[in-house]
Amino acid sequence: MTQPQQQEQPKQKIVAMNGDEAIAYAVKQCDVDVVAAYPITPQTIIVEKFSEYVANGEVQTEYVCTESEHSAITACLAAGATGARTFTASASAGLALMHEILFVTAGARIPVVLAVANRALSSPINIHGDHSDSMAERDSGWIHIYAENAQEAYDSIIQAFKIAEDPTVSLPIFIGVDGFTISHTLERVDTLTDEVVQTFVGQRQYPTVTTHEGKTVPFKLDPANPMTMGPIALQNYYYEFKRQQEEAMKNAYKKIQQIHNEYAQISGRSYGNGLIDTYKLDDAEIAITVIGSTAGTLKDIVDQLRDEGIKAGILRIRTFRPFPAEEIQKALQNIKAVAVMDKSMSPGGLGSTLFSEIRNALYDQKQHPIIVNYIFGLGGRDSSPQDFRKIYADLCQIAKTGQAEKTITYFGLRE
Amino acid sequence: MSQEKTWKEISLAAVTSKSSVNFQTGDWKTYMPNLTCDKCTKCLTCAILCPEGAIRPNPETGQIEFNLNYCKGCGICANECPVKAINMKIPEGE
Repeated sequence: MTQPQQQEQPKQKIVAMNGDEAIAYAVKQCDVDVVAAYPITPQTIIVEKFSEYVANGEVQTEYVCTESEHSAITACLAAGATGARTFTASASAGLALMHEILFVTAGARIPVVLAVANRALSSPINIHGDHSDSMAERDSGWIHIYAENAQEAYDSIIQAFKIAEDPTVSLPIFIGVDGFTISHTLERVDTLTDEVVQTFVGQRQYPTVTTHEGKTVPFKLDPANPMTMGPIALQNYYYEFKRQQEEAMKNAYKKIQQIHNEYAQISGRSYGNGLIDTYKLDDAEIAITVIGSTAGTLKDIVDQLRDEGIKAGILRIRTFRPFPAEEIQKALQNIKAVAVMDKSMSPGGLGSTLFSEIRNALYDQKQHPIIVNYIFGLGGRDSSPQDFRKIYADLCQIAKTGQAEKTITYFGLRE
Repeated sequence: MSQEKTWKEISLAAVTSKSSVNFQTGDWKTYMPNLTCDKCTKCLTCAILCPEGAIRPNPETGQIEFNLNYCKGCGICANECPVKAINMKIPEGE
């Protein structure tokens, strides 16, 4: 987290919350119309806490207890189509059960906000944190943002509504937090007042569409302006609508940065440029690229290494979709060796997802680092900070010799 | 497909730009119904059973007519006709 230029900041209340509670608290402040959800570890605290707010009359939200995640996301999609601001949360098998409707929501351009407390997928069954669940939804058409800690989870949810509902974007958005590491860990969270958050997020905005009656009206179901949403589009038009989604992602690329900067002005908190967050990377020779809470642990290691005279840095990918390729190219252009840490696996693939995409982003660069993949933390397997030092030691060796012994390492695996 | 609009010209998220009244839904059928007028008794069993309402008697002659803009070529009419006056054919040249 970097401190931007301090302006006159509104007073903030410090609250001790875990990541899930911080998300529920942010949703409470965003004046959400409909929450439809089904509990699943490690997300349960989010909807449990939010249902408390509903029961206490602290929010005006319609809370829908659904019988499955497939129904939860469908209810959000439908409510969103009528113009409501909607939120849901899920993880692992729950997110997988939403799979079909995740594509529908993105294709229908309904700006649902979904918090994912990242958890492994079965089998074997496992409730602990890794990125298998949301990485499996990479191509669903949602914006993907991953937080590093509870504070960023709180901040990102507030930004998420504004990004998703921007008329030039109008796309659904995931905010990912590492299961247990963030979702269940008590942290200090600085919170803005309800008024400040509500002024920042504002009312939901709508793009305009032309209906069959030839009227140009806000994009929402309204008896005064009837329109057909979600019709069939076959060989003649399906492709054109998919291309529109790509354009919306390009717009999101700009809006994520812009809204992140506006939020920094009211909160005093920023995370790189909103797309990537770097730590001591400017003059670094070796670097680790990673998503999520692991970056926090690595910062301590980098500080130690810097004291020892080793020029180590971190590139944290905060926004995974739209993929910040240009930012990554710039950030890594002078690095000699890079390790991409993937907390998910693509069995049979050439390394895992983040590795493939980062290496792809660097392919056309005239000068690029040697790049290797470390798959780690699957099913919540813990690694100590000292373990992570080993990766930087490997990178030192690669930078020195100019070659990597192996491209893919299963880090923390008994072999 | 040159008369079709580009991705920049169409409304967001497949919001339909024209009324569904104007959509002709029978343009992808494989089989076409074919009537042998001599056999037809004008009982209208086919018209009653057509799931698309695509069979109507001509108001002047009483002879049944198929609205091919909406007929899906399902063949229920041919199957149910008590005198086998309708048969389903693949149009020539297709």
